Amino acid sequence: MPNKKKPSSLSRRQFIKGVSTGVAGTIATTKLARALPIEKLEKAAPPEGHLPLELKVNGKPYQLYVEPQTTLVEVLRNELQLTGTKVSCNHGECGACTVLLDGKAVYSCHILALDAQGKSVTTIEGLLNGEELHPIQKAFIKKDGYQCGFCTPGQIMSTQALLLKNPNPTKEEILDGLSGNLCRCGAYPKIIESVEEAAKVK
Amino acid sequence: MKPFVYHQPKSIEEASVLSAKNWEEAVLFAGGTDVLGLLKDGIEEPKEVINLKGLEGLDQIDFTKGKELRIGALVKIAQIAEHPAIKQSFPALAQAAAQTASPQLRNMGTIGGNICQRPRCWYFRGDFHCLRKGGDECFAVEGENKYHCVIGGGPCYIVHPSDLTVVLQALGAKVTIVWKGGQKTVPTSQFFVLPEEDLYRENILKPGEIVTHIHIPVPDSKMKSGYLKFKERDVWDFAVVSVAASVRIANGRIESGRIVFGGVAPKPWEEETLNRELKGLPLKDADLQKLKALALKEAEPLEQNAYKIPLARNLMLSLLKELMPIIPN
Repeated sequence: MPNKKKPSSLSRRQFIKGVSTGVAGTIATTKLARALPIEKLEKAAPPEGHLPLELKVNGKPYQLYVEPQTTLVEVLRNELQLTGTKVSCNHGECGACTVLLDGKAVYSCHILALDAQGKSVTTIEGLLNGEELHPIQKAFIKKDGYQCGFCTPGQIMSTQALLLKNPNPTKEEILDGLSGNLCRCGAYPKIIESVEEAAKVK
Repeated sequence: MKPFVYHQPKSIEEASVLSAKNWEEAVLFAGGTDVLGLLKDGIEEPKEVINLKGLEGLDQIDFTKGKELRIGALVKIAQIAEHPAIKQSFPALAQAAAQTASPQLRNMGTIGGNICQRPRCWYFRGDFHCLRKGGDECFAVEGENKYHCVIGGGPCYIVHPSDLTVVLQALGAKVTIVWKGGQKTVPTSQFFVLPEEDLYRENILKPGEIVTHIHIPVPDSKMKSGYLKFKERDVWDFAVVSVAASVRIANGRIESGRIVFGGVAPKPWEEETLNRELKGLPLKDADLQKLKALALKEAEPLEQNAYKIPLARNLMLSLLKELMPIIPN
């Protein structure tokens, strides 16, 4: 038994966390020229071609310098290390990168970071209450609303946007509210059940 | 995405000057949902991006009862879909907005950007140096042309992808265009151009000109309007074929009306002969069948898209039957 316990002590989550931090770290180094925290530059003049960006992410204010072509998800993942938001199509079609911008669902891969100027962004990390999962996250676990899980953060953020606007959606409204999120595994029936569950318990 | 110089003008005049100065190398940017796709794919590689979001006063919906609905160019499509007065008095417009793209894109995309969006032709969007991109061949003519136009095409065979434009034209909307030192308001029917008029652009906008408002006359109580969209995916997709109609019904007849098709032509497609036929038409099924024979009569389909003609005609009939009580034969 003790032999078996040791390998399993590294949970999947910790494993993914370790790997993704490594990946994010590499990207942040290579893309350093694209977005820099202002405090690190000691308020020096911005690097050439960069513009200042101030935004709130999950309630926390940030100031950075970004190149204009930087997308919001590049700032979230590469600079703020908020890697819960996923990039799949990077074309504003699949919904994996869905975040809330001033409470409304948007594709963070398909919006310039500078268009979030002065706005409030909520990512999947922002739904947590400390270490406690959000009721929508719990509902997705309870109803098995995912298979590979890659699209799940986006599905959950679209659910949050839908329930903020419409706390008691009909099935039709759920289908419409989540229509901008694709699931390559085809877990749609369970995703819809998860949203219904989340609407019930919240 | 390639780097670009970024402008965020504070006034329409400033935006107009910037756009006029560097028309060939600058792109106007509103919601950005279409432009970012073009930039990421390298279809357009502008040196400058002129972000219009900082322009004041263009994000309002003003509804003057009995007169007009005025929508600022920066109003989001979601706002149009959810606006109570639009839902009540302009149901076709609310329906088209609600069926445009996905919730996320509706929260990002603007009505101004929607009417100015570039075509979705896969040769234009793909790695093909096609006519519209300055090449010397329209690959759709001999290639995969299932989704291309059946009328109004040549030498390029795009369709206009917007849902809203189809409805706006049926409702008799007008577009206000502003530039430094002037402005004009034109009917949507004069805003869009066919490839034979301009191969490289889909509308009449000239250097420095910016769409600021859309105006829609408020219909009287006898007017009815609706929008039907056929798409291949049940959830969000561009229209394969769509149709919008606004009809005025009195004394058991159609007094007047406008029918506009989407997905069949390089611009919202309206036929005068069809609108003329609507005048005085009794609300009987046999009479409506006459319209079917008349609609898109001049169509010249490509190899794979003849299906669009009966589809458009049947959609038109379904829509008219939804809008009015039809007496069966």
